[in-house]
Amino acid sequence: MNNKFKYSLVFSAVTLASGCSSLGVEPWERDLLAKKQMALTASPIDSALDDHIYFSKEASSGGKSFGGGGCGCN
Amino acid sequence: MQLISDKKINNTVNKKSIKAALTLATTALLGSVQGATANSAEPLTEDTWAFDSAFLYYSEADRVSAAEAIINAKKIYADESILSLKLTIDALTGASANGGVAQSNVQTFTRPSGKGDYDVKAGDTPLDDTFHDTRVQFNAQWTQVLIQNYTGSAGVHLSKEYDYLSLGVNGNLAYDFNKKNSTFSFGLSYFQDTFEPEGGIPKPFASMPLAYHDNGDKSGHDASRQSNDDGKTTTDVMFGFTQVINRHMVTQFNYSYSFVDGYLTDPFKILSLVDDDGIVQDYLYESRPDERIKQSVFAQAKYHFDETILDVSYRYMWDDWQIDSHTVDTRFYIPLDNGSYLEPHFRFYQQTAAEFYQPFIMQGKAIPEFASADYRIGDMTAYTVGLKYGMKLSDGNDLSFRLEYYRQTPESAGHNAPGALAGMELYENIDAIIAQVSYSF
Repeated sequence: MNNKFKYSLVFSAVTLASGCSSLGVEPWERDLLAKKQMALTASPIDSALDDHIYFSKEASSGGKSFGGGGCGCN
Repeated sequence: MQLISDKKINNTVNKKSIKAALTLATTALLGSVQGATANSAEPLTEDTWAFDSAFLYYSEADRVSAAEAIINAKKIYADESILSLKLTIDALTGASANGGVAQSNVQTFTRPSGKGDYDVKAGDTPLDDTFHDTRVQFNAQWTQVLIQNYTGSAGVHLSKEYDYLSLGVNGNLAYDFNKKNSTFSFGLSYFQDTFEPEGGIPKPFASMPLAYHDNGDKSGHDASRQSNDDGKTTTDVMFGFTQVINRHMVTQFNYSYSFVDGYLTDPFKILSLVDDDGIVQDYLYESRPDERIKQSVFAQAKYHFDETILDVSYRYMWDDWQIDSHTVDTRFYIPLDNGSYLEPHFRFYQQTAAEFYQPFIMQGKAIPEFASADYRIGDMTAYTVGLKYGMKLSDGNDLSFRLEYYRQTPESAGHNAPGALAGMELYENIDAIIAQVSYSF
């Protein structure tokens, strides 16, 4: 993937931010969003365990949270 | 009916007692006498500890098995500050690919310690069965509102294995705006790792010495080593943006930059040196660059349908080792009766090889500056399919079970296999089962 595409991904994320004032809900419309299952990381324990497995077995880590160091896993 | 009710009450009391004991233990650790409110029979208020625990078993066919236990204690204070403490213990055992290629005869490899050796059967991918390790990890994280709309978080990390120590700190600042529908966040993390492998750190491309035994001559082993230990540091920077789209949908976008500096070679991995007929002549220790810059963009969307919830995320990662990867992760939450649910999970992963990845080294050609035959930095596709079932217990606690199947399919990065290697399996699939039980109380 070329650099142009990479930067355009980052750029589009930033652009989204500026156009976001029309998005969203009023505080009293948060009934569904407030559910535990709607949290971006609904199960932190599952995420921690998965991150450890894939950190040990693949060349990529992080993205959603810090990739970090942390173990000499094999 | 009376009996059943009594039993329920007893159960509840027992569960409360466990929680109370853990709460006391946690507060004792913190040197605090507050927070013992969970002792009371009052309904749990915000100002008490909540515990998430899980046990996970990971097993690869014929290779590594790992058991991991994790407990997270979280306390939310009246001012919405959050203290989170996490303890992880895992034990690893089994065999791991050492980087060598399969041959039509038995191969003998020296153990990483230099003491003793192991044989690999004809036709088999060489696996080192030396791996036994126990790891203890501790994390603490404090999160609080700093001033209106600004939330700060800071944490520490400590992980210790027999031959490995990792210390880390992190800090995060989040700014909410647009009626808290939008959030910008910025995070920093720094890790310092020290690695002291048994047998020391091999010299790059040193020839694997013959094993020595008790009271034997270890000069050959010593000559192949450059030091007893080495280390690396990892600095991560992350920018995040979260946006609520409407009553049903929330999205997140992250950009991460990671700089890893230091000893990035795997001291346990070797490369086979083969001749034009594909016959192994020697084994050489691998060597990787001492820097790596990784970057990634991550996007996630969660959508709440009438009942079900769809969670989709995508990560694109690239680094200066020329590794690119794509990860798609999808979960679908399906509520059932009585607070129970099913959650199918699908994950797809694909990576390209590091520029210095090669499955073996050809004799007679110049030794490259860097080389590794570790399949984990080679071309690879992997997928995970899984299912989670969760239920609400009568006392309000959560119990869940997760079963997943993970398959890695390493692929050729375009290296021709000469002579005898043409008939060998150089890119063996790895199949693993992940089983997990979680309990929150």
